[in-house]
Amino acid sequence: MERRKFDVAIIGAGGAGMRAALQLSSAGYKVAVLSKVFPTRSHTVAAQGGITAALGNVTEDNWLWHMYDTVKGSDYLGDQDAIEYMCRMGPQVVYEMEHFGLPFSRLENGKIYQRPFGGQSRNFGGDQAARTCAAADRTGHAMLHTLYQRNIQAKTHFFVEFLAIDLVRDAEGRALGVVALDMERGEPLLVEARATLLATGGAGRIFQASTNAFINTGDGLGMASRAGIPLEDMEFWQFHPTGVMGAGVLISEGVRGEGGYLVNGAGERFMERYAPHARDLAGRDVVARAIAIEIHEGRGCGSRKDHVLLKLDHIGKDEILDKLPGIREIALKFAHVDPLEAPIPVVPTAHYMMGGIPTHYRGQVVVPARTGPEEAVPGLYAIGECACVSVHGANRLGGNSLLDLLVFGQAAAEHIVEFLKENPTSPPIPREGPDLALARLARWERREGTERVADVYRDMQGIMQSHCGVFRRAEVLEEGIAKLEEARQRLDRAAIGDHSKVFNTARVEALELENLMEVAFATIRSAAARTESRGAHARDDYPERDDRNWLKHTLAHRDGTIDYKPVRLKPLTVSSFPPKTRTY
Amino acid sequence: MRFSIYRFDPDADASPHMKDYELALEAGDMMLLDALILIKAQDDSLSLRKSCREGVCGSDAMNINGKNGLACITPLSSLKEPIELRPLPGLPVIRDLVVDMEPFFKQYRSIKPYLINNDPPPETERLQSPQERAELDGLYECILCACCTTSCPSFWWNPEKFVGPAGLLQAWRFIADTRDQATSERLDDLEDPYRLFRCHGIMNCVDACPKGLNPTEAIGKIKGMMVRRTV
Repeated sequence: MERRKFDVAIIGAGGAGMRAALQLSSAGYKVAVLSKVFPTRSHTVAAQGGITAALGNVTEDNWLWHMYDTVKGSDYLGDQDAIEYMCRMGPQVVYEMEHFGLPFSRLENGKIYQRPFGGQSRNFGGDQAARTCAAADRTGHAMLHTLYQRNIQAKTHFFVEFLAIDLVRDAEGRALGVVALDMERGEPLLVEARATLLATGGAGRIFQASTNAFINTGDGLGMASRAGIPLEDMEFWQFHPTGVMGAGVLISEGVRGEGGYLVNGAGERFMERYAPHARDLAGRDVVARAIAIEIHEGRGCGSRKDHVLLKLDHIGKDEILDKLPGIREIALKFAHVDPLEAPIPVVPTAHYMMGGIPTHYRGQVVVPARTGPEEAVPGLYAIGECACVSVHGANRLGGNSLLDLLVFGQAAAEHIVEFLKENPTSPPIPREGPDLALARLARWERREGTERVADVYRDMQGIMQSHCGVFRRAEVLEEGIAKLEEARQRLDRAAIGDHSKVFNTARVEALELENLMEVAFATIRSAAARTESRGAHARDDYPERDDRNWLKHTLAHRDGTIDYKPVRLKPLTVSSFPPKTRTY
Repeated sequence: MRFSIYRFDPDADASPHMKDYELALEAGDMMLLDALILIKAQDDSLSLRKSCREGVCGSDAMNINGKNGLACITPLSSLKEPIELRPLPGLPVIRDLVVDMEPFFKQYRSIKPYLINNDPPPETERLQSPQERAELDGLYECILCACCTTSCPSFWWNPEKFVGPAGLLQAWRFIADTRDQATSERLDDLEDPYRLFRCHGIMNCVDACPKGLNPTEAIGKIKGMMVRRTV
């Protein structure tokens, strides 16, 4: 097998991976970024509304208010040390992106444009804040391209269209690199590295209806899980209130930030009933549930009463064309309406994974071990959506994901620099190191099979959609687990028809489905175990939040067992925000 | 619905061929990519790139009934049957609808697509008025799908030497940015019989761009700037 050697291997070229890569390359380290797609195809590109940071360009602001909102938004499940760090670093990483060239929209005074987003307040729960920095409604695109451009300048080494298969570790568990599949040639590549950083993004493709790209298949979570690392808080999936009915394509919260609002079949602005103060800009979990209830109780729109409408024509043509041009494009193409004149039909749609690979706030992966629930895995890091640091807790606030990518991309890079200085060499790769990865590749060489990957893929998505959606209950979840077990057995019996070495996407999709299966199991098992409602995890049979028993993080192991660890309620320097009733 | 799709697997085929597929589709508003996914469920050996399925990532550019476009935002209802699909022209084919994009990206990288500003960064943002920022509209939105560059005859003939419409659009994006200080170096780099001046204003790029951008106009602005600086 071909081998390459670098100081750092980064898996994933989205916002988080490229922010970390930029820092490490600029510091003179040899950095390999492996990505299964060309960097600017990564899903960060689809982020629309913006990046939240307390710049105070539009309304008076303070990072501590941002912290309060984020803790509250997380339904108190977020770790307050990590949240403090993220919110405090916010302005710095945003200014830095501006210096890197990101074409932010501007205010009349020349400063970065900021818009109101859900769950944002001034002075700890007071008036609406305008905290989300935007490049029209293409902020993720602008950020991802800017980061790729700076990495060109920094001469980062990209391995484009290399699918990471599995981590390579030694007997002590230290990460020594990764085996990847060169998709163009069909050959495995062993990348040796003193530090390995997972930045593989989300896994929204476990659901049938998702705003996520096809590539969001939880590859890093699959790799971590197979390496014996439990997955944290996987029951918490954000359903975005406004996915285009049918197509699932995202319509930014920025639409409501700019003054748009939701109406039901009776033409009623129903969010006033659910969140009298914040209305359409309540937390996403709150708005998504409100829509689901309106539809469920027969107050939906259209002949099938199966959606609600997002009205924005009153914002005015000039404002829409200036601030929301991408939304108009999407509405025209995927909903066949021109939002300058007519409202957009929307439904809650799976969007973001709050859970992931457990890490502390400097990016190191932490697992339960002899020393306690959070012992660092030497040489292994995770950042961005694939990680659970946890800043989003049970519900992420809009605009906090792009911030998460930059802050923890930078923080992990800083910690890696320290780690590399302390570890000038790494132990040799044991002979059996790549075996796990090679076995995964060999499995799909099998030509006999009774099942097709595409069928199992579709059925898994159907199971997750109907058994682990916006509202959950015990019997439905248990039935889902049984069905998912069946699907997994079918996947064991599946074969692909394409055995070409060259750009074999059938093989790639089979390998991706294996990763999704790991994510789906961790999700539904964690959801069945948590007998309370918190943030995005809403149980019909346990409708209340239960801080006495459930103010703790879930850790789902691959063998089906579930552990828990405490929430870090103590921030780094400021006083804690203790749990209280969450209303908007 | 009938499809005729370019197939070539260098591992198995001596030469490329067109393969016919038929799908029984309900009348609806499916995109071409949706149909390709159904075809791939029948025949998993068909290779194509895809990701965001909403026209922002630039993965699924291909030649659709003779015109370059993105499969994910091309409605099936807009296409005549049989729908003929080929890889983007002018780039080496890796397999089926997958082309080697490297010659395209190499030209993109050649224009130094990053902001150059040698002043120490201020503590906060560099200021830019909304009017100055508006100069970047129609430029920064490029998704690097290569629909434009691979529809350009000048690029077909000189892929090594001509930057191509996508790269030139980005060159102008940085020249037009009030925060960038490298205008004269950027113009020097393009002052060459091939890099910029192979553009003959054929305007295939404008027609092909799935995002409605106008590389020809940007190229005209660069040329205009060069003329102005010599007089």
